[in-house]
Amino acid sequence: MKYSSQMVAKPYFIFALILLAGEIVFGLAMGAQYLYGDFLFPAIPFNVLRMVHTNLLIVLLLFGFMGATYYLIPEESERELWSPMLAKLTFWVFAAAGVATILGYLFVPYATLSASLANSFWPTMGREFLEQPTITKVGIVLVVLSYILNTTMTVIMGRKTTISVILLTGLFGLAFFFLFAFYVPENLVMDKFFWWFVVHLWVEATWELILGALLAFVLIKTTGVDREHIDKWLYLIIAMTLISGLAGTGHHFFFIGTPGYWLWIGSIASAAEPIPFFLMILFAYNMAKNRRIQHDNKIALTWAKGTAVVGFLGAGVWGFMHTLAPINYYTHGTQLTAAHGHLSFFGAYVMICFTLISYAMPILRGRPHGNGPKSQKVELASFWMMVLGMIGLTLALTVAGIMQIQMQRLPDAAQALGFMETQAAISAVYMVRLAFGVMVLLGLLTYFYSFFVKEEKAYA
Amino acid sequence: MSERITKNMARNIYFGGGLFAILVFTGLTFDTVKQIPKLSHDDKITASVALGKKVWENNNCVGCHTIMGEGAYYAPELGNAFQRLGGGDEEVFKTYLAGWMAAQPMDIPHRRKMPQFHLTPEQVTNLADFLIWTSRVNNQEWPPNIKG
Repeated sequence: MKYSSQMVAKPYFIFALILLAGEIVFGLAMGAQYLYGDFLFPAIPFNVLRMVHTNLLIVLLLFGFMGATYYLIPEESERELWSPMLAKLTFWVFAAAGVATILGYLFVPYATLSASLANSFWPTMGREFLEQPTITKVGIVLVVLSYILNTTMTVIMGRKTTISVILLTGLFGLAFFFLFAFYVPENLVMDKFFWWFVVHLWVEATWELILGALLAFVLIKTTGVDREHIDKWLYLIIAMTLISGLAGTGHHFFFIGTPGYWLWIGSIASAAEPIPFFLMILFAYNMAKNRRIQHDNKIALTWAKGTAVVGFLGAGVWGFMHTLAPINYYTHGTQLTAAHGHLSFFGAYVMICFTLISYAMPILRGRPHGNGPKSQKVELASFWMMVLGMIGLTLALTVAGIMQIQMQRLPDAAQALGFMETQAAISAVYMVRLAFGVMVLLGLLTYFYSFFVKEEKAYA
Repeated sequence: MSERITKNMARNIYFGGGLFAILVFTGLTFDTVKQIPKLSHDDKITASVALGKKVWENNNCVGCHTIMGEGAYYAPELGNAFQRLGGGDEEVFKTYLAGWMAAQPMDIPHRRKMPQFHLTPEQVTNLADFLIWTSRVNNQEWPPNIKG
C-alpha cells in the first residue's frame, strides 16, 4: 500500500461482501417460494423478498465501487485521498441508512412505508429496483455526492490519468441518471420511459465506464503492461459502450407504449452492445499474454479475466439472445429476462468487485504480494463454484424461459396455457435453479474461508 | 487491429462517438416525450386512474407482477388483465377485482400466495381504472396472446 488513506477502502469491501451474502440468502428464499408458495408466507411475501434481494445488490455494488475507488484513486493520483475522514463518515452513514432501509422492508408493511412523511410529500416508491423510501433516495444522493466530491478533489489535486478521468466520468453519469428516480409522472408510459434512464443508463452505459476503469487498473498492476497500451484499449471499450449503449436503451422501448421507431433503433443499436464486452475479453487476455511482470497475486488476474468472460456471456450473449424486437415480442417479461439479468449483473459487476477485492484486500492486510498459495487455492475453488453456480442457475432460468414461451406465448389463445399453469409445468426446472443457487452460496462461503487460511511460516 | 490504432485515435473515437450517441439519444428522447401523450391516451388519465397508479405503487405490486412485461415474473401480467379477467367489460372487471382482492390470500397449499392488502372499495375501483387505462395503451399489440 503506497498511501495510508487507501485503508478506508477496507470497510467498504468487507461490507459489500456481507451484503452479497445477504443478497444470495434472499435469492435462495425466493427460489424456495417459487416452488412452495407457503414458504415464509405471510411473514415475508415475495415482493418483499425480491425488493431486499435486488436492493442489496445495488447497494453492495455501490459499496464495492466506492471501496475500489478509494483504493485506486490515491495510487492513480499519486497523493493521499482528499479527505479520508469524509470517506469514513460516508461509510457509516451509508451502512446505517442501508441497514435501516432493509429492516424497514422486512418489518414494516410497504404501504405503511409509502405513507410515511417524505414519501407522501414527494412520492417515488413502488417502482422496480427503486423501491426505496424517498428519504433513503435523498440519502443515496448525499452519499454519492460526498463520494464524488472526495474523488474529484483527489484527482484534481494529483496526477490525472486516463483511468481516473474515465472512472470519474462514470461516477458523474451514475449520479446524474439517478436523479430520474425522483421523477414519477402520472402517466405510466412516461414513468416507464424515464425509469429506464436510471436502470439502463446505469448498467449499460455509465457503470460500464466504471467497470472498464477498474478492470484497466487491476490489469496494469498485475501485468505491468504500459499505460499507453491499456489506455488505448480502455478508450475503445468505452467508445463502443456509449455508441451502442445509449441508443441501445431502445431495446426496452419496444412494448411499453413508446413510438414504433424504437423497434428498429433499439434492435440495431443494442445488437452492437456485446461489442464492448467482447473487447474486454480481448483486452484482459491480451494484457495477460503480454505481461511484463509475474505478480504473485495470480487469483486477482483470474478474477479480471473471469469478469470479462462472464460479463460478455451474461450481458453480451444472453442479452443478444432476446434483444431483437421480433424475438423480444415473445421473450419480453419471461424467465429469459431473469436469466440475462442474473448472469450479467454477476459477471460484469459482482465479479469486478471481486477482482478489486482480491487484488486490494491482501495489500490492505499487509501482504503486498497477495495471499499465500494455499489461500489462493481456496479462493480459486470459490471462484469456480460461484461462476459455475451462476452459469447453471442462468441455464436453468433459460430453459424455464423457453418452456414458458412455448407453452404460454407461442400457441394461439385457445391452446396456450395460462401463467400459473405454465409455472406449475416448469417447477422441476426451478428446482434445478435452486440447487445451483445453493452452489453459489457455498462458493461465497468458501471465499470467506479463504480469508482465514493459515499459511506455513516459511512463506510469511 | 490494435497495433494500427493509436491512443489518440481511440480517444477521438470515444469523444466523437460518445457525443454523437448522446445527441442522437437526446433527440429521440424529445420526440418520444412528444408522442407519448397520444400513444398512451394521456387525456383519459382521470383522477381515479392517477390514484390507481398510486395504489399500484404503494403496495409494490410490481414486486410480483409484470405490467406491460416489466416487473417481477412471479405472478401474472396485468397490463391486459382488463381483457383477460374482465372480458373487456368495465363493470365485470371491477366486480371481479373486488372479489379477487377480498379473497386473498387463498388457502391452496403450496400455491404462490398473494398477500391481503386491505384496500378500501374506492382503492380497488381506482386500481381497476388504472389497469383499464393501461390496457388501452398502444404498445405494438403486445402481449402475443391473451394469456399475457
